[in-house]
Amino acid sequence: MKSLEELKALREQMQSKMNVRKDDNETIRVVVGMATCGIAAGARPVLNAFMEEVNKRGLKNVQVTQTGCIGVCRLEPIVEVFVPGQEKVTYVKMNAEKVPAIVAQHIVNKQVVTDYTIGAAE
Amino acid sequence: MNFVRAHVLVCTGTGCSSAGADGIISAFEEQLKKNGLDEEVRVVKTGCLGLCAKGPNVVVYPEGVYYNYVSAEDVPEIVEEHLLKGRPVTRLIHGDAEDASKATNLTDTAFYKDQVRIALRNCGVINPEDIDEYIAYDGYAALAKVLTEMTPQQVIDEIKASGLKGRGGAGFPTGLKWQFAANSPGPVKYACCNADEGDPGAFMDRSVLEGDPHSVLEAMTIAGYAIGATEGYIYVRAEYPIAVERLKKALEQSHEYGFLGKNIFGTDFSFDIGIRLGSGAFVCGEETALMVSIEGKRGEPRCRPPYPAVKGLFGKPTILNNVETYANVCWIINHGAEAYAALGTEGSKGTKVFALGGKINNTGLVEIPMGTPLRQIIEEIGGGVPNGKKFKAVQTGGPSGACIPASQIDVPIDYENLTRIGAMMGSGGMIVLDEDDCMVDIAKFFLQFTVDESCGKCSPCRIGIKRMYDILDRITAGQGTLEDLDTLEELAAHIKGNALCGLGQTAPNPVLSTLKNFKDEYVAHVVEKRCPAGSCKALLNYTIDPAKCKGCSACSRVCPADAISGVVRSPFVIDQSKCIKCGSCMEKCKFGAISKG
Repeated sequence: MKSLEELKALREQMQSKMNVRKDDNETIRVVVGMATCGIAAGARPVLNAFMEEVNKRGLKNVQVTQTGCIGVCRLEPIVEVFVPGQEKVTYVKMNAEKVPAIVAQHIVNKQVVTDYTIGAAE
Repeated sequence: MNFVRAHVLVCTGTGCSSAGADGIISAFEEQLKKNGLDEEVRVVKTGCLGLCAKGPNVVVYPEGVYYNYVSAEDVPEIVEEHLLKGRPVTRLIHGDAEDASKATNLTDTAFYKDQVRIALRNCGVINPEDIDEYIAYDGYAALAKVLTEMTPQQVIDEIKASGLKGRGGAGFPTGLKWQFAANSPGPVKYACCNADEGDPGAFMDRSVLEGDPHSVLEAMTIAGYAIGATEGYIYVRAEYPIAVERLKKALEQSHEYGFLGKNIFGTDFSFDIGIRLGSGAFVCGEETALMVSIEGKRGEPRCRPPYPAVKGLFGKPTILNNVETYANVCWIINHGAEAYAALGTEGSKGTKVFALGGKINNTGLVEIPMGTPLRQIIEEIGGGVPNGKKFKAVQTGGPSGACIPASQIDVPIDYENLTRIGAMMGSGGMIVLDEDDCMVDIAKFFLQFTVDESCGKCSPCRIGIKRMYDILDRITAGQGTLEDLDTLEELAAHIKGNALCGLGQTAPNPVLSTLKNFKDEYVAHVVEKRCPAGSCKALLNYTIDPAKCKGCSACSRVCPADAISGVVRSPFVIDQSKCIKCGSCMEKCKFGAISKG
C-alpha cells in the first residue's frame, strides 16, 4: 500500500462485498417470497437468477434477500423490488427467464417492467 | 466471486465465546452446506455487540435481525426458516419487554436506539480479524489523510479542538498531552497504549481490542506522527487472550499492507508497534508503573513530575493513552473535530463507553453521549433492576471510584457533574447495586482489592489501606464503634494526600463516598449492630414467628447445623448460638414464618 489511490480502490472493492450489512437510504432491495408456497412454485431458481444477474453486472447498492409468505400464494413466485424514493413494485408469477429484464430495466434503468407486475396479472 | 445475499454475524467477544459462539459458527457452516446455501450466505465472526447478558448473540443481515441466547441446536431452525424461507425465528429475536414482536432490528431496540457508537463503531459490525473489512468501513483513511494532508501540529490542533479527554479515568485533555510530548525535544519518542484494564467490572478496552483492533493501531500511528515518535508499545494484560491474539493478527496484517513499518504511504514517516503483556498487576495500569514494566523491571510507580511527556519510557518523551481514547481518534480525523465536539456537554465532549454490571437486566457495553442522565442508562438502556428490587446506587470507576446514590439518579453523566457530586468517571465500569447490597460491604470489597493490589512501595498505601480495611472488617462483624468512622475519615485524608501514585491516592474513595451518602448504614452497623441490607452475616439473626409457624419441621430437617428444634405441630425455635446464618431454613419455609434482620 503506497498511495491513497490504492487504499481508495481497495475500499471501494471491499464496500461492495459488505453491502449486505448496510442500512441506508440508497440501497435497492429485491425481496423474493421463499415460503413453502413460493418454493413450490419455483422461487428458488428466481432467487438464484437474481443473485447471478446482480453479480454478473457487478451492481453495487443492491441487496437480494428472501422473505416469508407475501399472501397471494396463487401468484407465486412473487418478487418485490424496493427502489429508494419510489413505490414498491410487486412482480408475480416469476421465473428465471424474466429476471434479466427486471434487472436491466427496473434496477439499472429505473423503468418498471409493467407486463410482469401484479397489476398486469390481475 | 459469488453473490453473497446474507451475512450471519456471530459475536466472538469473550462473553459470547464462553457461552459457546464457536460451536454456533461451526453449526451454521454445517447447516448452510446441508441446505446448499453455503455459497450465498456468509458466516462472519465479529466483536462485541454489547448485550453480553443475552449472549451468544447473532445478527443476520440484510434484515439486521438480532437473535439472543442462540445455541447450536437453534441453528438448523434459523437456517431453514430464516435464511431459506425468509421467516425469522421469532422466539429467539431480541425484544425489549413491552413489544417482543416488533423490535426485530438491532438498532430499533431500547438497548441500542439511544446509543451513539463512536469508539465501538466497528464492534459487532466487522470481522476484527479481516483488515479488508476494516478498510471497507473507512479503515486507515484517517492515517492516509493525516500523513498526506496534515502537519503534525494540525493533527494535534484537531484533537485539541475535538475536546477529547483521556478515557482511562483521569480525563486529561488528549490534545494537550500530545502537545506536551511534541514540544519535548529529542529524536526518540514513544506513542504507547495502556490496555491494562484492571478495574473490576470494566471491560470496554477488551471489547475494543477484540472487536476492532485496527482502530487502535491506526490511532497509535497517528499519535506517533503527531508527536514525532517512530515506535510504540501496547501494554495489554495476558488475561485477555482473545484480545492479544487479535492484536497480533492485526499487527501482522497491518505490516503486510504497509500501514506499519517504513515509509508509510510513501512518505518519510515510519512507525512500528510492539505488544507487551502484563501479568495482571493492577498497579501496572498506572502510567509510570506501566512504563517501568515495559522496560522489563518490577512494575512500581514513581513520583511525577517529570511527566511521561517529558521523561517517560526509557527516559524518552512518551505519550500513553487508553484504548478507548485511541478508539475515538480516527473517527475525529475522518469526521472532523466539530462533529465530535457537537456531541456531549460543555466541558465533556463526545461519547463514553460504560460497562454495565451488577444488578441490572442488560449486563453489557453501552456507548452514550456525555451528559446522558444516569436514569436513562439504568432504566431504559440497562433495562432496569431485575426481580423488581429497588435501585440503591451505582458504583462507578472501580476501586478508585465512588457510589452515586439513588437520590442522584437524574444527574447527567459527564466529568464535571460526577466530580461535583463527589463521584468520578473512572474507566467506565458501572456496577448497579440494589436494596440487598450493603454499602459497607461494597466499600470493604473494593478496599480488599486495593490491599491485594498495592505494590507496597509507599507506606500510606501499603499500611494505611490495610488499616482502613481492618476497620471495615470490624464494622461488618458488628464490632465497630463510632470513633472508627472518624478514624476512617482521618486515614482516608492522609492516604489521599500522601500516597505515591493514583492507585493509593484514590483507594479511599469507595469508603469516603459511601460514608458521605450512606452514613446511616455505617451507624446502623456500629450502634444498632444491624445490617440494613441484610447482607453482613455476622449481624443477621434468623427468627421464627411462632404465630405463623405450623410446626411442619421442614426447617429443622434442612438446617445443616442442627440449630432448629421443636415438637411437630407446635412452633419451632432457632438456637442463635448454633445458627450459621446460611438462610436454608428461610428458603424452605412454606409459610413465611422465618424472617431475617
